[in-house]
Amino acid sequence: MELAIHNIIGEKLQTLLGDQYEGKHLEYDFMVYHIHKSKIAEALELLKTDADLNFHFLTTLCASHFPENKGAEFVMMYQLHNMYQNVRIRIKTQLPENELSLPSITQLWPSANWMERQEYDFFGINFEGHPDLRRILNMDEMNYFPLRKEYRMEDAGRDDKDDKFFGR
Amino acid sequence: MPIPFDASNLLSPAQIRQAEWDALGYNTINLGPTHPATHGIFQNILQMDGEIIRHAEPTIGYIHRAFEKLAEHRPYNQIAPITDRLNYCSSPINNMGWHMTVEKLIGCQVPKRADYMRVIIMELSRIADHIICTTIIGQDTGATTGFLYFFQMREKIYEIFEGLCGARLTTNIGRIGGMEREFTQDVWKKLETFMTEFPVALAEFRDLVERNRIFMDRTINCGPISADRALAYGFTGPNLRAAGIDYDVRVAQPYSSYEDFDFAIPVGANGDTYDRFMVRIEEMVESFSIIQQAMSKMPEGPIHADVPAFYLPEKQEVYSKMEALIYHFKIVMGEMDVPKGEVYHAVEGGNGELGFYLISDGGRTPYRLHFRRPCFIFYQAYPEMITGTMLSDAILTLSSLNVIAGELDA
Repeated sequence: MELAIHNIIGEKLQTLLGDQYEGKHLEYDFMVYHIHKSKIAEALELLKTDADLNFHFLTTLCASHFPENKGAEFVMMYQLHNMYQNVRIRIKTQLPENELSLPSITQLWPSANWMERQEYDFFGINFEGHPDLRRILNMDEMNYFPLRKEYRMEDAGRDDKDDKFFGR
Repeated sequence: MPIPFDASNLLSPAQIRQAEWDALGYNTINLGPTHPATHGIFQNILQMDGEIIRHAEPTIGYIHRAFEKLAEHRPYNQIAPITDRLNYCSSPINNMGWHMTVEKLIGCQVPKRADYMRVIIMELSRIADHIICTTIIGQDTGATTGFLYFFQMREKIYEIFEGLCGARLTTNIGRIGGMEREFTQDVWKKLETFMTEFPVALAEFRDLVERNRIFMDRTINCGPISADRALAYGFTGPNLRAAGIDYDVRVAQPYSSYEDFDFAIPVGANGDTYDRFMVRIEEMVESFSIIQQAMSKMPEGPIHADVPAFYLPEKQEVYSKMEALIYHFKIVMGEMDVPKGEVYHAVEGGNGELGFYLISDGGRTPYRLHFRRPCFIFYQAYPEMITGTMLSDAILTLSSLNVIAGELDA
């Protein structure tokens, strides 16, 4: 039954997005759908509002940074949940470093508000249409995005400590 | 590439509209960051019209410790102590959640006995977490007696944890692959004493508070949230169930052999403070029954899976066997061979779905670790829930949501 819904999701995304739907694959117990960044808002809206799909709950969203992967340095992940049929899916989209912006989904899920602020705070991803895009956990005066890989864990001003002593 | 600091886009909505509120004659009150009534570090800038809250703006991040960055620099077994400090009222659940995430990544099947031991520990910590929340609600309505007496049970649970691992609050119980040691005789004895004393203490607390006229008048219709809004705001756990949605990770996606146990999911109807209180009280009863079932059905067998590359060997073997010494050295130095991949694992924490999203590139540390912290997500609804209510109701709403600062700020 669970496979059936994944086929329906694939077909519907294909019809709506055409080439912008970049396929799906199974990652452990999660079906991951790859969608081009230009269509991410439409895809998420379809998944939420379509009566057959009904992914009404946004579990979490998060960004990650892959500096070696040129042209797609950032990956944004959304995790949706259909509680009625108990199906979870993951949506992924890639972002190049020079155009770090995505449409905000706070209109679809109010819970995305702080989650998007958090990703802005740590990665500098600009969510267009977000009502209040400020830093949330770090201080406002901070002038870098700490979860990007180029930022060391230790204070950059110190030379007596080196990241190689901290695992990576 | 540092970005230049621009002060112009730092104004919060409250600061932008300050003049408008001043013209209306509202008083601006800083509730927090360290206010004794908020039980944690929460700042809310309130615009007060007399005693009515017209606008609230929360500021968070006061105890942010950059766990997601820290986790990228620590070997897998050293991340468990970080998870302790998320929801520090029920840290064993966080520990188990992390261990299960790594077990999912490495494809390790934990033996039943370890599963059942984990269930006992997790349900004990759920009871401890709910004891804190329910007694604090009582405390904030003026019923200090319940707080003082029922809190003894939490102490009993912490004594069990102390017997299990030596620590009380930040426990770091369990290991990747199973449990670190058997329950000792002393732990079993303490657990049995707890199982006889807890129902009595719970009944006493319920008699005192549950049908108390003052308590009911004070909490019914205080800070309600509808099921639709709760889902939209990403509520999970007891707060969502109080609004009437029967979603529980233990049932929806069973982990750690929860499918073996027979328990109910209590749900509320109105999503107000009284419902949140009652859902937690009923959950303690269910947790108690799960512990009883786990104790009576406790299977025999090993307490950890056969994963020598991840599970620390016995000290005796380290001194006498070559292989054990090698594995010990590799684990302590953080040289575990972890497959590439990404996993998400969720457990039902004290406050809702606690998720771990882990990306591994095969290196010695996670490439990226994201915590889905329930408190962080549902605390967004707090301004909406308290707008238009009295200040004292706002305090009660905050304590009934059971927002834990450590989990909020990570």
